[in-house]
This record gives sequence, structure tokens and C-alpha cells, in this order.
Amino acid sequence: MNPIGLTIHQLQSMLARREVSAVEATSSLFEHIHKTDKDIKAFITLAEDEALTQAKEADRRLEKGEADPLCGIPLSVKDILCTKGIKTTAGSKMLESFIPTYDATVVAKLKKKGAVLLGKVCMDEFAMGSTNEHCAFGTPRNPRNTDFICGGSSGGSAASVAADECLASLGSDTGGSIRQPASHCGVVGLKPTYGRVSRFGLIAFASSLDQIGPLTKDVTDSAIMMSAIAGYDSRDSTSVQREVPDYRQDLKLDIKDMKIGIPREYFLEGLDTEVEKTVGEALDKLREAGAEIREVSLPHTEYGAAVYYIIAPSEASSNLARYDGLRYGLRNEQAESLIEMYNKSRSQGFGDEVKRRIIIGTFALSSGYYDAYYKKASQVRALITEDYKKVFQECDLLASPVTPGPPWKIGEKIDDPLSMYLSDILTIPANMAGIPAISIPCGFSRDRLPIGFQLQAPHFGESVLLHVGYSLEQRLGLGGR
Amino acid sequence: MYITPDEVAGVAALARLELGPEETAAMSRQLDEILGYIAKLQEVDTSQVEVMTHTQNLNNVFREDQTVPSPPRQESLANAPRQNGEVFIVPRVI
Repeated sequence: MNPIGLTIHQLQSMLARREVSAVEATSSLFEHIHKTDKDIKAFITLAEDEALTQAKEADRRLEKGEADPLCGIPLSVKDILCTKGIKTTAGSKMLESFIPTYDATVVAKLKKKGAVLLGKVCMDEFAMGSTNEHCAFGTPRNPRNTDFICGGSSGGSAASVAADECLASLGSDTGGSIRQPASHCGVVGLKPTYGRVSRFGLIAFASSLDQIGPLTKDVTDSAIMMSAIAGYDSRDSTSVQREVPDYRQDLKLDIKDMKIGIPREYFLEGLDTEVEKTVGEALDKLREAGAEIREVSLPHTEYGAAVYYIIAPSEASSNLARYDGLRYGLRNEQAESLIEMYNKSRSQGFGDEVKRRIIIGTFALSSGYYDAYYKKASQVRALITEDYKKVFQECDLLASPVTPGPPWKIGEKIDDPLSMYLSDILTIPANMAGIPAISIPCGFSRDRLPIGFQLQAPHFGESVLLHVGYSLEQRLGLGGR
Repeated sequence: MYITPDEVAGVAALARLELGPEETAAMSRQLDEILGYIAKLQEVDTSQVEVMTHTQNLNNVFREDQTVPSPPRQESLANAPRQNGEVFIVPRVI
């Protein structure tokens, strides 16, 4: 039996019934990857030997009746998460030969459950970008149409799931980096509440915004992955001590009388008409299911991108100061002094987008500009968060598009960073407030490119996102593809 | 103008980045456009707003002061561009 195209829960029941072994499933996936990834280019590193060893071990556990839903399930992992003994590049020449000596907490959790890690997937360098064109090792393509971007920065994660090269993937989301590529590739992407998932072993971009989450083929798989990775970790002091629910349990609850807010600021001028229409049709489905849809206002939405492009680069300029060519990473060996070594190693190791953001961040934090930029941005961030608090007093969750338009062609915005930045305006606010949000496929554009539907919930509202998301998926009939 | 090419060069030096003349010119144009967009934040009255530092109201997190094993030296040195089995080797500092 061929596992290509299955969801986690489908493959899991086949594994449990021993209709297929984890080794067979893993081998078929590698065969598939060798064929498709020539065009898709989602993977940076394949870990075939390690994966087959993990699959054998999973088979031993399955033989004994292991019931964990992830045992024997082949996954991909964004190359920003440390994997012990397997190269972890963050999409940068700076870390081209970096081999971590430990696993990120989320990776360790998946391994413990018996999941099989097929390899590491592409991303924009240090997660800075919305297209994966800023990856030092090539640009993955949108599996739905290879002329188009797969989105970013977790583009390799979304592309590998959409191309059936794995069952699911882990990505990270700082301003939309899980939800936007999920939307562009037609998969489900969930950004959890800040603090819900440990960031230990996640190569840091903007520490007050970064959060790890799953990209999956359907909402049920998203729930399975969330139950596996969520929880407190003493090695990430921003992770929150709070019980992890069984996210799969509540999926089938009724959504009757749920109050869903439509933030009018998200249906702004410039919103693509096909996106507006498709998202509107999805809302009708939720209304038919008995949800109460009402218009609400998040008045500071329009400032989200401006706040983001101060806060994220500022934190990045500090986080990326560690790449000095000294203890790990690229070093320029011609340098004769320490300062020259720093300068040359960093200039050689970082790509243009990363340099651009380090310079914006250094500028925004520099003496004389701090109040006008960083302080101002942190205050407006508080206002954005306040908007959400008010709105969540009158509704359970918020529905909107994920992106203002469908994916664009590779190369189209490469010389226009501002225009690329503005493609994230509908995903950024959730990171500002630290609330969870999900992207669910809701239809296709006239070019047959996927369009996503975004739901946002109050802090720790992952269950309600998944439950309403599941209901929508069932009604749209797009579940599992 | 929100940032001049000279300022870009100055900030790049602070961030330990070397930019060529063409890179500086291109970067200045792009950063000026980005900062021009960001300037819209000045429209917002924030005179009564506290600076936001956290998305959760987390209190300080304490733990017992216990020793835990550190990675062995060889592992810590394994990714170094240059090392001698005991320490990282760098260009002469003094």
C-alpha cells in the first residue's frame, strides 16, 4: 500500500493495523522525494540513514501495540530547528556546515513519540522573508504551480507537505511565516500562542514574536501535532506552565452560536477580489453551521507592519550579533585582526535581506533614534494588543483572509522589499499580541492557486481554532487535500 | 530623507558589516523607503500608552540553583572553524 498522499491519521491507522510498516512508508517517501524534489526543491538535507533507523525502531514499537498517533509517521522539519548530528543551516551560508550537538525540544518530543524525521527543509535565511527567495541554498517552488512562490519563511515546510514529500512539517512563525506559506501552498498552518510551545533549540530571529507550529494536510493532523509539541519546558523560560489539552478531542463539537468577528480593517482596499470572494464563501459555510458572524473593528491593524519592521529587525540585530565566526559558523580565514574577522565573516556569511534587517534594527536601537522607533513601536504594539482584548470580549474568534492576494510569480518582488513586507499585514498582528492563529485552505484562485482562511483566537485558544477550523474543512470538503 | 548613505555606512560599521559603495547606495534607497513607511507610526497618539514588553503577564521564573551536566568540551569545540582540542583559536587580539 502506497503511503503517498495520506494524512497522519490515515497512515497511523494503517500502521496500527500493520497494513504497511514504518520502514516501507519511509522508503516510499524517499523514493517520491527523489523524483519530485528535483522540481520542488523543498529539502536542504535528507537524513535517509537516520530516518530508516528511526522507522525500524518505530516498527518494533508498533508491533508491540504502540498507540501514539505519531509513531512511525515521516515528517520534515524546518532547517531553523536544531537536530542533533544533522546539519542545521537556517537557510544561511553562515551556518552551512553547522551540526548541532543537541535536539530542539520539539524535535526531541517528536522523536520520543517515534516520529521519523526525513530531513530538513528550506526557509528564507534566518526566517527573514515571505517567498523563500532569500535562502542561500535555492528557492523551493509552489507544488501547485512551480512558476509561483511557495511563500515564506517556512516555505520548504509548506511545499514538502503540499507535494506529499512528508506527512507533516514543523515551521516557525514570527510575522506569518507558518500561515502565509500554508495559505499559498494549500495546507493547514497553525501558529500557537506565544509560550505554548518551547522555543529551545529554535535558532532565534525575533524572540518576543517567534513561535513553532505545525504545517499539515488537514486540521485533524494539526491537532495531533499540537498535542505532541505543546507544553512547558524549563529550558525556555517564556514557555507557559499550563496543561496541554487533547486537541483532537474537541474537533467535532458543534459550532452553533459561536460568535465569529470579522475585522473590517482586514478587508482593506487592495484586497484581491478572488481572495475576498473565496473567504466570503467560507464565512457563509460557518454561518450555515449556526455560527453568528458579526463585524468588529481592530482600529490599529494598519500600523501592524510598521511596528513589526521595527521590533523584529531590532530583536534580530541583537540575536544575530552572536554570529562572529568564532565558536561556530562561517569564518573568513584571511582576516588578520579580530575586528576584521568579525566584519569579513559576517559580510560573507549573511545575505542581503539579513543585512538589511540587521541595519534597520541597529539603526532603530541606536542612540538618538530609540524613542522615535523602538519605543514608539512597542507602544503601538500595546494598542494593537488592546484592540484584540476588547474584541474578544464580544466574540470567540476572528475570521479573515491570511494574505491580501494569492501567491505571486518567483522574482516578481525580489527588488522591492517594502512590497514584500506589506504582504504580511494580515498575519503580523497575531504575533504582536502573541495570540494563536490558523490558516486553512478555503478555495482556489482562477489560476488554480490556493487561497487560505485565517482564524485568530484569544491566548491559549488553540482548541477553538481547531474545532471551528475542522467544521469549516468538513463543510468545504477540502479535508486531507 | 529618513536615512542618508553616510548613516547607513555608520550603522553597518556598528553592526560589524562591510558594505561596498554600490551596496550602501542600494541599501540606503531601500531603507529610506522602509523608514518612510514606518513613519506613519508618528500619527498614533501614544502619550498615555505604556511600552509593551511581553505578550503574557509572566512573572519572574525562578528555579533551584542546581548544577546540571554541561556538554563535553569536545562537543562544544566540534563546530569551531579553528580550535586546538582545548580552546577556540582566533586572530591575535593584542
